Amino acid sequence: MSSTASTGWVIALTPPEWRRWLLTDTPQSRWQARAGRAYLGWAAFARNPLAMLGLLIVLVLIGMAIFAPLITSYSPVVSGDTVADRFLPPGGDHWLGTDGHSWDIWSRIVYGSRTSLLIIFMVAITAAPVGIIIGTTAGYLGGWIDTALMRLTDTFLALPKLVLALAFAAALGAGMENLILAIAITSWPPYARIARAETLTVRNTDYIAAAQMSGASSLRILIGHIMPMCLPSLIVRVTLDMAGIILTAAGLGFLGLGVPLPQPEWGSMVADGRSDILNQWWVCTYPGIAIFIVSLGFNLMGDGLRDVLDPREQ
Amino acid sequence: MTQPILEVEKLNIRFHSASGTNHVVRDVSFTLGREKLAIVGESGSGKSQTARAILGLTPGQVSAQKLAFDGQSLLGLSNAEWRKIRGRRITMVMQDPKYSLNPVMRIGDQLLEAAARKGSRAALKTRALEMLQAVKIRDPERVFRAFPHELSGGMGQRVMIAMMLVTEPELLIADEPTSALDVTVRLQVLAILDDLVKTRDMGLIFISHDLNLVSTFCDRVLVMYAGQILEELDAKHLQDAKHPYTRGLLACTPNLENPVAVLPTLQRDPSWMAPVDR
Amino acid sequence: MNDNMPMVEVKNLDVTFDTGRHRVRALAGVSFAIAPGESFGLVGESGSGKTTVLRVLAGLIRQWNGGITVAGKPLTPDRDKDAKRAIQMVFQDPYGSLHPKHTVDRILAEPLQIHGIGDIENRMKDTLEQVQLGAAFRFRYPHQLSGGQRQRVAIARALILRPKLLLLDEPTSALDVSIQAEVLNLLAKLRHELDLTYILVSHDLAVVAQLCHRLAIMRTGEIVETADSEKLAKGELTHPYSRQLLTASKGFDRAAIAAFTDL
Repeated sequence: MSSTASTGWVIALTPPEWRRWLLTDTPQSRWQARAGRAYLGWAAFARNPLAMLGLLIVLVLIGMAIFAPLITSYSPVVSGDTVADRFLPPGGDHWLGTDGHSWDIWSRIVYGSRTSLLIIFMVAITAAPVGIIIGTTAGYLGGWIDTALMRLTDTFLALPKLVLALAFAAALGAGMENLILAIAITSWPPYARIARAETLTVRNTDYIAAAQMSGASSLRILIGHIMPMCLPSLIVRVTLDMAGIILTAAGLGFLGLGVPLPQPEWGSMVADGRSDILNQWWVCTYPGIAIFIVSLGFNLMGDGLRDVLDPREQ
Repeated sequence: MTQPILEVEKLNIRFHSASGTNHVVRDVSFTLGREKLAIVGESGSGKSQTARAILGLTPGQVSAQKLAFDGQSLLGLSNAEWRKIRGRRITMVMQDPKYSLNPVMRIGDQLLEAAARKGSRAALKTRALEMLQAVKIRDPERVFRAFPHELSGGMGQRVMIAMMLVTEPELLIADEPTSALDVTVRLQVLAILDDLVKTRDMGLIFISHDLNLVSTFCDRVLVMYAGQILEELDAKHLQDAKHPYTRGLLACTPNLENPVAVLPTLQRDPSWMAPVDR
Repeated sequence: MNDNMPMVEVKNLDVTFDTGRHRVRALAGVSFAIAPGESFGLVGESGSGKTTVLRVLAGLIRQWNGGITVAGKPLTPDRDKDAKRAIQMVFQDPYGSLHPKHTVDRILAEPLQIHGIGDIENRMKDTLEQVQLGAAFRFRYPHQLSGGQRQRVAIARALILRPKLLLLDEPTSALDVSIQAEVLNLLAKLRHELDLTYILVSHDLAVVAQLCHRLAIMRTGEIVETADSEKLAKGELTHPYSRQLLTASKGFDRAAIAAFTDL
């Protein structure tokens, strides 16, 4: 066999039409260029089986939340017969059993995924933007703005997550909003730090100098040039943090400071069953397994994303 | 002729990735005596990978009919065997000293560590200081105690060379060792290398893209293009190169004494790539 | 503008860097003038201050003393958009001067948007043609381009605002010689066609001889000699330091190296 391509590259297979369109060296539009780039990222992600497993877990979680009424036959909050349906072991109609309130555990786990996703989503869309804005602004502008913003960050970083949430719950009452607020307030400082560190490496590059020379305002440089460079490491960090957020929410639920009953939440479900763990093991085991699987899923997905988005880690 | 220091026969390096195989070095053969051999080529020509393969440092897949140093085959050496050769009998000077010196260790300690042989610390230190002097460092005592960040680029590069020499190698591989240096410093560093080849009977492989420099500094020149050696020339007669690629490279280099209005550009010909059996 | 008026006039330019512990005088009274349409080279080794001159003119260093006029207008550390538009720069490292997440299209469109210039499509097409890149390159990301192509995009970005003065910071030193020849030819052609004034910073005398009419040789923050390129080609530089640079650029020569001073 002799070499084929003069560059020395040998492509093993002739790609199908759509793939050729995505991977072309000469995209015809902004949209095609972006799609091609996204496809390359996806291809790299898809090569990692563990990352795909993580993605699958997250997708199943989202599917559970969306289609909850379709995959459960009992209401998560309306209890069955308080005597006959109490502490039913797994099997039969209640295939994960029932708890002390005669609630169907499978239903509560399925509906509980909505609670978990809502908390993750709310924290991600509040803490991440705050972190990136504060971090990039501090890093790019420097001087006293940097000092002020980073001391603020340090202050918030010093707040203990659980204690703050406890204080919130004590002052404002237990509830989902306060839980989200408490987690969000303690989650953004690490994002600000990451964004600032990233900004400091980008700030003195020639492409930023070129943008300054073309007359771009600081705001334009921050949003259009610096933030896109900070996003990948931030996305990775947020994804990895999601497991932590679920665990914090579950921990608070376990302490009785999370989402109040009867709304289903995995942490409070574990707490609920803890006194009966020897006799009715299924009550706290199944929500515990759910927490474990979903945390693992986000971690696996985050590691996969890091390999794709943050090549320095490779 | 005495036994060559290095014999390379049909060296091939391939990189495998998800998108296919990249054959970066193709059937490269040469021998090296106690001389200054230059490998020149443009980026991606495979010159650096060839050098790394000699040290067993390329991440690619290496195959060769023969790759022998001082009569000993370098193919399939164990890590323990490599340690006896790499950094002792064959050493390499990298492009940028900033990344090759340990930033948190004093120069002296790094020199002593590189020497890494039995003997009193005092005797080793005397040798290390001699080496610093050999590379024309004016105040060896001060540099011995200094940290890398306290040295200028030229000093750092000279310290690197001292570190390579303290082990008394038989073969020195220099990969664009001077491209980060100012012209005058660069030539001074080359003069040191030149002395060492002459006085210590060392072999030198000098990897560069600078034809002008190579023709005045080295004895022999291998011209690489797309992983292959296109031409081997006597450095003094580089201007008489026959291959159109070498001639093209020479022509498109700006000439200080005879500037031309428009520089000729290099027209690449696919036929320069000889077919290679896989 | 009067034809006799210089495009760039720098008088007694002084720059001191204050790094906390040390004060480094990077430029000590640098003066020169460049005629419109002229190509002027700044040559020196690292630490000579050649890049500092360029970065002051580019507006990237804002702490300086002295007088600078560009196209008859005095230049201040704070510049308006028009002043910025008149001076553009091409950087040394083509791998670091293009935003890795922006397509060529966005890199070229953004300066036009900032200055509120319409007709983006045509300008972009013209400029890509000027730097001899086809429309096929328009939606590529920098990682899909070779070093030479990237440098052409960087030149296009500098040209798209139609500046009067182009600052070139070692624009070919990171490129292979064959690509360097193409870029040097392109720069010479563009200067001629678009009536640009160049300031080229380089350590390579041959590159300066190729592209520049005149050059200044700098050392430790001062200009030691100014000469035209004819003198450079004939080797008629007079200052000992200039002569040393000239010798060094001719390749390896034991005798000459032994004579170098200030090791």
